[in-house]
Amino acid sequence: MMAPLWSDYMIWLLVVALWGWGLILRRSPQVREQWIQIFQSRIAMVSAIILLAYASVALLDSVRFDTAQKGQITLLDMAFESIATQSERTYSAPFADREYNQSLVTRDNGDVEQQYLPLKWVQAEVSIGWATLQVLLSAALLTALLVGLHLAWRARVHKLGLAEYGRNVWRDQTRLPWRTAYVTVLLMLFVWGWLGYLSQFYHVLGTDKVGQDVLYTAIKSIRTGVLIGVLTTLVMLPLALFLGISAGLFKGWVDDAIQYLYTTLNSIPGVLLIAAAVLVMQTILNNNPQWFGSTEERADLRLLFLVFILGMTSWTGLCRLLRAETLKLSQVDFVTSARAFGVSRLTIIVRHIMPNVMHIVLIAVVLDFSGLVLAEAVLSYVGVGVDPTTHSWGNMINQARLEMAREPMVWWSLFSAFVFMFLLVLAANLFSDRVQKVLDPRTQTR
Amino acid sequence: MLAYMVRRLIYAVPILIGVNLITFALFFMVNTPDDMARAQLEAKQTTPEMIQAWKQSHGYDKPLFVNNESSGLDTVTETLFVQESLKLFMLDFGQADNGRQISEDIQERMWPSLAIALPTFLIGLVTNIALALLIVLFRGSVLDTATMIVAVAIMSISGLFYIIAGQVLFSKMLHWVPISGYESGWEMWRFLILPVAIGVFAGLGAGVRWYRSIFLEEINKDYIRTARAKGLSEIRLLFGHLLQNGLLPILTGVVVIIPTLFMGSLIMESFFGIPGLGSYTIDAINAQDFGIVKAMVFLGALLYIIGLILTDLSYAFFDPRVRFDQ
Repeated sequence: MMAPLWSDYMIWLLVVALWGWGLILRRSPQVREQWIQIFQSRIAMVSAIILLAYASVALLDSVRFDTAQKGQITLLDMAFESIATQSERTYSAPFADREYNQSLVTRDNGDVEQQYLPLKWVQAEVSIGWATLQVLLSAALLTALLVGLHLAWRARVHKLGLAEYGRNVWRDQTRLPWRTAYVTVLLMLFVWGWLGYLSQFYHVLGTDKVGQDVLYTAIKSIRTGVLIGVLTTLVMLPLALFLGISAGLFKGWVDDAIQYLYTTLNSIPGVLLIAAAVLVMQTILNNNPQWFGSTEERADLRLLFLVFILGMTSWTGLCRLLRAETLKLSQVDFVTSARAFGVSRLTIIVRHIMPNVMHIVLIAVVLDFSGLVLAEAVLSYVGVGVDPTTHSWGNMINQARLEMAREPMVWWSLFSAFVFMFLLVLAANLFSDRVQKVLDPRTQTR
Repeated sequence: MLAYMVRRLIYAVPILIGVNLITFALFFMVNTPDDMARAQLEAKQTTPEMIQAWKQSHGYDKPLFVNNESSGLDTVTETLFVQESLKLFMLDFGQADNGRQISEDIQERMWPSLAIALPTFLIGLVTNIALALLIVLFRGSVLDTATMIVAVAIMSISGLFYIIAGQVLFSKMLHWVPISGYESGWEMWRFLILPVAIGVFAGLGAGVRWYRSIFLEEINKDYIRTARAKGLSEIRLLFGHLLQNGLLPILTGVVVIIPTLFMGSLIMESFFGIPGLGSYTIDAINAQDFGIVKAMVFLGALLYIIGLILTDLSYAFFDPRVRFDQ
């Protein structure tokens, strides 16, 4: 039975909204041209595919079922069922078949000795090299199938023969860098397949203090990171758009009031404002236990509150940009003549202002995303981030701090959080660079 | 000039009142004095008399915004909001939950914060600008592209990783510097060198990119072309003309930070055990000491506004076109 949490509804709502927005944008040839220009860069293409992979994991993790035996599980839990359920006793290194630390064992004859206990769920007889080869072959087969389908589709669009179009792709003579895209897809399928397949027999990234598989924690953290990066935008955008455009268009006391509001909010140090708001939120949650049934719902509610707080504190920058741009636009001929013709304010905003500030909005949204993912880690460290029971990279790093002080060092939690986070943020940064380069009129003259 | 400064200072007052209103709303309306009393008394059963006594001893027994029992101006002034705000404006932050005076703590902890924030800021500034100029000199080359990719990579790593990795590498494995701690006097450099180095390195990516874009915006302007046409060497062009003219946009971003250096860095200080304002704030957040958090919010806002005013003044000082006496 489906049992979505509030954040699941929000994330799917956002998908629907994005879909709708995309459909509207498709109609404008100018916008289509811009997007093609964005994807003409190889780096942008690779980053977009990586981002898409992260997003799909987050979406898989947002389809939630209620089961009798295992409680609430998501589609992602089903895909990684083996490591979701198979916990060890304590720390074990990546690909190890024994625990990381010795334990005291009492022999049959009463002797006590130190021993590295074997792990419960590891099947060490499975050869890693052979498994890798198998995965590589299946990934290549799957990619070939996908590439074939895609080639057939593109060839039809271009009204070319399949062989001819394929040759163009091979020589990298297509308008969009499809060859790069295919290679990236192959790599992604291979990496995910490798992780998924080997995780049935090994703990690929080791286990943590309570024996939970680290790979599983890192993958589950994807949803938290993506959610914070994306949903915050949903909270921030309406505020920034409404206030920014009103300030720029209506001027006078409206402008003064809105400027006062964002200067005041801006002058409070960001982390402190967030910390203060989160402290208050915790008090509210503690005083209202009737709002949530389970600990999962509580953690989810806390995540949503955090997203809300981040949104409320991060709209000021975009609002200021939008105000300045609207001020400029309100003096442009097509707006002044529209007003002279008696076109209503609302129509002017929807028809003339909004389409002309969309590039600013888009740039701000993609730029903010990576910052928000990084902020989650810092906030969790400060103790005002997500709930300690929520899987998140911030919580992983927080725990890793103590693990690095152990002797011998437990490095794999930190390493996994680092790799997963770095890839997402790097892809987001590279993609936003490209978006900015194409959409920002100021960078085009260079 | 003086008149302008006074006007700017007067403008700052409503913003500070606004900051107060926000913090007050956050801390007092949601977490009412009754809640605070119950949390602080730690008794199993709190009687209304006990709560009343606690509120009286902490000065929280007045109504929030409007006092209906008083008359005239007192209806507004004899309220919790005005009393609390006035105390903050006098920089009297009251007592922390452990009974210490917050103002004294702040004065004491300001200096360690500054000892770590100021070198990080200065060294970072010089390194960023020097590197950016170097890259602008080689603009469009492989070096330029490579540095930009490295810069994005540096930006994409959470600051927490730099700190943890730095501590493990330089303190735990190489034993070059102590892992954390603080000492006053000259011996403190041993404790400061690692956090400062990490701070500078972590800021390198974003910094170099930002200064590079500033310089690139300048380099296409006419005066540069003229200077080059007259035969000025590229090096003299960069350090003479470009740096001087790029200074103005740099000032906007930099001067506003300087006063807030007093606040210290939250994560850096708590990781390296430096008894500054950053770790003070983190401890307060973890202990849910609302008094300290409130004081730090006010202080941060105050320093930021001072920074904004300083930015305007520095403009008047460095840019002959800006005049404030109209």
